[in-house]
Amino acid sequence: MSAPRDPVRRRLLIAGSALAGGLIVGCADNRPAARVGKPGQLAPEAGKVALNGWVRVGTDGSVSVAVPRAEMGQGVHSALAMLVAEELDANWSRVSVEQAPLEQSYANTALFLNLVPLQPDDDSATARMVRASAERVGYALSLQVTGGSSSVRDAWEPMRLAGATARALLLQAAAQKWQVPLSECSTQPGAVLHVSTGRRLGYGELAAAAATQSPPAEVLFRDPARYRLIGKPTPRLDVPAKVDGSAGFGIDVRLPDMLYASIRQAPVFGAKLKSFDGAEALKLRGVQQVLAVGNGVVVVADSWWRANRALDAVKVEYDEGPNAGLDSAAISAQFRRDLDAASGFSFRSVGDAAAALAAATRKVEATYEVPFLAHATMEPMSCVAQVRDGRVGVWTGTQVATLARWKAAQVAEVATDKVDLHITYLGGGFGRRLETDMVEQAVAVALKTGGKPVKLLWSREEDTRHDMYRPAALSKFSAALDPQGRPTAWLNKVVAPSVGLDTFARLLPWAAADAPDKNQIEGAFDLPYAIDNLNVRQIRSRTPVPVGSWRSVGHSYNAFFTESFVDELAHAAGKDPLAFRRELLTRHPRHRAVLDLAAAKAGWGMPLAAGRARGVALHESFGSICAQVVEVSLEGGALRVHRVVCAIDCGVVVNPDTVEAQMQSAIVFGLTAALFGAITLKDGRVEQGSFNDYPMLQMAQMPLIETHLVPSTAAPGGVGEPGTPPIAPAVANALFALNGQRLRTLPLRPTAA
Amino acid sequence: MSTQFSLNGQSVTVDADPTTPLLWALRDHLDQTGTKFGCGIAACGACTVHLNGAATRSCVLPLSAVAGAKVTTIEAVGEDRVGKAVQAAWLKHDVAQCGYCQSGQIMSATGLLKTKRKPSDADIDAAMAGNVCRCGTYQRIRAAIHDAAKSLA
Repeated sequence: MSAPRDPVRRRLLIAGSALAGGLIVGCADNRPAARVGKPGQLAPEAGKVALNGWVRVGTDGSVSVAVPRAEMGQGVHSALAMLVAEELDANWSRVSVEQAPLEQSYANTALFLNLVPLQPDDDSATARMVRASAERVGYALSLQVTGGSSSVRDAWEPMRLAGATARALLLQAAAQKWQVPLSECSTQPGAVLHVSTGRRLGYGELAAAAATQSPPAEVLFRDPARYRLIGKPTPRLDVPAKVDGSAGFGIDVRLPDMLYASIRQAPVFGAKLKSFDGAEALKLRGVQQVLAVGNGVVVVADSWWRANRALDAVKVEYDEGPNAGLDSAAISAQFRRDLDAASGFSFRSVGDAAAALAAATRKVEATYEVPFLAHATMEPMSCVAQVRDGRVGVWTGTQVATLARWKAAQVAEVATDKVDLHITYLGGGFGRRLETDMVEQAVAVALKTGGKPVKLLWSREEDTRHDMYRPAALSKFSAALDPQGRPTAWLNKVVAPSVGLDTFARLLPWAAADAPDKNQIEGAFDLPYAIDNLNVRQIRSRTPVPVGSWRSVGHSYNAFFTESFVDELAHAAGKDPLAFRRELLTRHPRHRAVLDLAAAKAGWGMPLAAGRARGVALHESFGSICAQVVEVSLEGGALRVHRVVCAIDCGVVVNPDTVEAQMQSAIVFGLTAALFGAITLKDGRVEQGSFNDYPMLQMAQMPLIETHLVPSTAAPGGVGEPGTPPIAPAVANALFALNGQRLRTLPLRPTAA
Repeated sequence: MSTQFSLNGQSVTVDADPTTPLLWALRDHLDQTGTKFGCGIAACGACTVHLNGAATRSCVLPLSAVAGAKVTTIEAVGEDRVGKAVQAAWLKHDVAQCGYCQSGQIMSATGLLKTKRKPSDADIDAAMAGNVCRCGTYQRIRAAIHDAAKSLA
């Protein structure tokens, strides 16, 4: 597959993806060996011996793995600990995790691969160079970020190496103790063995001596055929605390003398707080302060209920600004205007789509649209902060540790090393906790509480109305079919606000270049289908609605657009939608294998119960390829999804049980959006507020989900997000198969027959 | 004004306005944070506790309605045979993802199994309605409930 051939354009793309960070790349040694880190990175703890930046061995034989990623349900603490434990040959029942400190060796470099605007299978020298540069930029930026389905992809080399290196030190220590050649020693889980004499020393007994050894220049990874953990269903370490109420989320942090705060932000996007009168609120029991924070007001009290209720008693005046009349229809109209008026930026051009369309005898056109969506994490936004004696304490569940610390320091006007960040479990992330608004607000409040810690918690309504939303988007396709029903041209324009620009403007303003944004167009420009004349264009349409990363980002809508339209082409060509896709995948055997697995397990083509129909979709994202076949019916006019057969090729699998759970999770997330999800605006305000008007899929609506993994030895792909994109188009395609209704707008609302 | 009730077998007294929802008395006054806040309008189930043995949304239950009652939360549900079986099944099926809703899910599931020892799928749909899991763990929840029912038979 070719990347854009115009050299100027290519340079622009690369510059955009690399955050114009070329200047700082030189100093980043991100080779796995450098990322093993130093024992001194981990704060000393009695009874534990650090062997490098990731591994501590207790004198009691326990093993603690430093994990720099946030546990938000995706099983990352366990998956990353498994990488270390496998190569360390640790006893899994003795392994625990600790939050890693903030250090460059823990930076997430794989995250930056998501920004590279190249075809996923482009393995050219240029592509390799660009990817390597992106990872080095990531390392230079030293960001500890959990997102983009990148954690295992990032940790695969360095964390296995950390485990293997620690094991080598333990082996050396034992050989020295026994005065035998190293080659005579081996390990079994948790211990070193002297094979010929049967002598055995537990890791705990060797830890102190191992710490004095020098790591060898080279260590060997375990033969995958001998893996004890990787690839085996492994119980997660965080689950026990999540069944007895003891797991600590941000909302659960309790500190001595802690105060509670609730916030109400200006309801209109871009509005300013003009004035407020907190006199009545201050008369209520427990209320201590009424403050202006940003464009909102905050009440501080001795319990959250009192603080939140007192907000009703605060009289507030806003300058609602120019967006007070904004509504969803106006945004949709703006997108349609921009679609017609702008040619946009060409993200991928193969052949000459315009000429092929002009010459075609058979054309198919369609326009699709999706609304804004909220993340709706079960735990509303929360953060505890304390500012005392020149130091700032922050306790929160965040996906962006480095940025949270940095933002806290900015608000408190201290150096970043004066900020102590404590990361809790996240009550859901999905991209919402890539933002730092709640941290900035909590620190701003804590600056005014006389050194007392304060827990800021948003109400559900604040959480729904002040999200950084999945953007609304519009997509138009024009395609041509030849007499044999093969697509000969594909022109696609995607109109949407830019998540990349908005995110950088908030978090890393210096990097917020108004450059082409891969996030907006991902999943549209990188189609696997072989079409000779193809052009995919991005049109940016800014709105006052803040947008951010929402599980699978641009893929979340582009998969609905592209996989629905592929289905339309198949039907226009009079072909079976599965066979039509297979014909276009001759150069993509991995995609084809995934599609075939899903189809076979779903019984594609086999008879179904009356009133049911199947639909299929295939989509690659975050380094993994996922296909889903669904069975639907209509019950009382509403779509009912009965069964989802999901196949995924995510490369080598670390914890198959977690992959299965993530497929279920991602499918429910995407299905909720496909069936119900819509954030709408009226008078500049979000109309929805809570789960009653922004509903979630519930138990009774849950389809049976079957997950099938394609065996693979390829480098790991992501698993947190790739299950989300295919579900909406699979369901829309099934509805078409059922009754001929082609719904081109989400959420899917079938009209009465 | 203070309200007295039994929390997990201990008598407790909360000095708060009688309109204060039980959820906030538990979390902010009694430091029992296993019960979660999700919405405050009984639309998500994260705050589910047992009131005199029945699953109840604590975010809309005023303290005045709790006076003299027996309240059980996730912290003590395992002291009960049914609750213990449910927690064991949750572990066996590795149900939890982010885990935030799971206290409420476990309290609702335990409430179901206390009244129906062999629930059908329809019983599960009905009893678990209103317990939202944004991570989508429903399939494992259903399997765990059936499994817990089996272990209690």
